[in-house]
Amino acid sequence: MIARVTITLKPGVLDPQGRAIHHALDGLGFGDVHGVRQGKLIELDLADTDSAAAHARVDAMCRALLANTVIEAYRIEIA
Amino acid sequence: MKAAVIVFPGSNCDRDVVVALREAGASVRIAWHADPDLPGGTDLVVLPGGFAHGDYLRCGAMAARAPAMAAVRAHAARGGLVLGLCNGFQVLTEAGLLPGALLRNAGLAYVCRDVMLEPVNTETPFTRAYAPGEAVRIPVGHHDGNYFADDETLDRLEGEGRVAFRYAAGDNPNGSARDIAGVLNAGGNVLGMMPHPERLSDPAHGGIDGRRLFEGLLAHG
Repeated sequence: MIARVTITLKPGVLDPQGRAIHHALDGLGFGDVHGVRQGKLIELDLADTDSAAAHARVDAMCRALLANTVIEAYRIEIA
Repeated sequence: MKAAVIVFPGSNCDRDVVVALREAGASVRIAWHADPDLPGGTDLVVLPGGFAHGDYLRCGAMAARAPAMAAVRAHAARGGLVLGLCNGFQVLTEAGLLPGALLRNAGLAYVCRDVMLEPVNTETPFTRAYAPGEAVRIPVGHHDGNYFADDETLDRLEGEGRVAFRYAAGDNPNGSARDIAGVLNAGGNVLGMMPHPERLSDPAHGGIDGRRLFEGLLAHG
């Protein structure tokens, strides 16, 4: 069972990397982009077979290590 | 005073801070991050600068969960002194021993230069050798030193005298909220700061403004 955790900076937290990407896109002629936020994707290969149990375990992992909830939000997808 | 410097894989300012502490008169032991116990009789724990665990995931994230950190947390809870410098500050915020987080520098670039600091609360064991508002020169060297906390937390830190140092007006190198360079925990016994006092603590370094932090700690006992 594969879990994908998408981690992004919370709204309102400055994202200088997203801003730099936005600036670079603008320089390449993609002037119609309203905003860019950069995040990260963590893929976990789990032994679980029950998706609800897997979700609960990955949520615990996010709170323990994967995300810093002072500045980051996370979203879990189980596939 | 007995100091313990915790070394993580990727620490690189540990030896410099050991020298600064010894020069100030401390007895210093070096402890490995995987050791669950602090050296016996430790009064002061120092988390040095560097790039613990390669800054993977987030700066300080893995180090904050190291076995030694449980002992550091217990030491802080007993009122023991803890000083986190640069990467050590990042570790303390990741461990939840200090509020807020250190984000990527607003200018995106790694910044390595002297900055002017203004001591704010000088009634702490760490800052007692400085006068409020005086101009103190201490170097920074970091890529992720942009102090962030929500407005409510920042108000509380300022209201409770928990800002130890600010960057002097116009000299904020990283975009830190309210020019904050160093913060204290509620008990005033844990300090995290991005600047490196150990890097300006000998005349051969070109100045000794940083040495006063260690001398103040030693005078505290």
